Amino acid sequence: MSGWSSLERFLRTDPLDAGCAETFDLLELYVEERLAGGNPEDRFPGVTAHLRICDPCLDDYEGLLAAAGT
Amino acid sequence: MSHAEPIETAERDPARRRDASGETRDWVDELSGSGPVREQAVADLHALLLRAARREVSRRRATLGIDGPELEDLAYQAVTDALIAIIAKIRRFRGESRFTTWAYKFVVLEVSSKIGRHFWRRHAWPLDREDWDRLPDRFGLRPEEQAEWGDLVSALRRAVDEELTEHQRTIFSALILGGVPADALAVKLGTTRNAIYKTLFDARRKLRASLVANGYLMRDEMERS
Repeated sequence: MSGWSSLERFLRTDPLDAGCAETFDLLELYVEERLAGGNPEDRFPGVTAHLRICDPCLDDYEGLLAAAGT
Repeated sequence: MSHAEPIETAERDPARRRDASGETRDWVDELSGSGPVREQAVADLHALLLRAARREVSRRRATLGIDGPELEDLAYQAVTDALIAIIAKIRRFRGESRFTTWAYKFVVLEVSSKIGRHFWRRHAWPLDREDWDRLPDRFGLRPEEQAEWGDLVSALRRAVDEELTEHQRTIFSALILGGVPADALAVKLGTTRNAIYKTLFDARRKLRASLVANGYLMRDEMERS
């Protein structure tokens, strides 16, 4: 991906984006759906849109996935 | 099963004793109660959370730049605050997930928050500073291609100056030009990650609209915003 498209991607907002607070509220369900082999992207599109752009929440998701998966 | 685990080992493991079959209700009842049952539940949960916190700080060690006792201290602090939050919010647990997954979430959040606080021990970023020289690196814009992106970046800078509120500029500058983590900025401004994100979200939307209106970016017909 070129820098230009990286910058453009950053500026593009998704109205589905759930934001950090709602993502946090649903994170354990999202993680368990993933661990169960399901498709959390379909069940929680707002969380998926948010995790695509919010690095801190993505970090939390990865941390919770690791914690719950062991 | 040919190699059954000794019973005493399984019983000493609070995760297995409390949660092996998804029995989340025990946690809620025991933590909401009183006396020795509650004390034992708190101790068991603390042990579980500490294990998760140690894994989490270890996973994020590279971004923290600390190790040893300082890392262990951060894990302990995160567990202490997570446990307080969990007990305070225990009636909000709806049983839609395993209790432990719900509880680990608070540990992860507290680790993030502690890392945010820790950032300011090692870094300084004046909130009124705007370092535009950092932008190309931030988005992987290569110097040899400046002819392609130079006008866009200049237009972006104008839009930041002209379209954003002072608060939005502060957030944009710190996060994008300064590389300040959102949790660290939230600590500095006495707010939440969510509030920081919303401010940046609105700023991004304004900036994109300005760049589209001035012909620097194409309007996407499929765009939903």
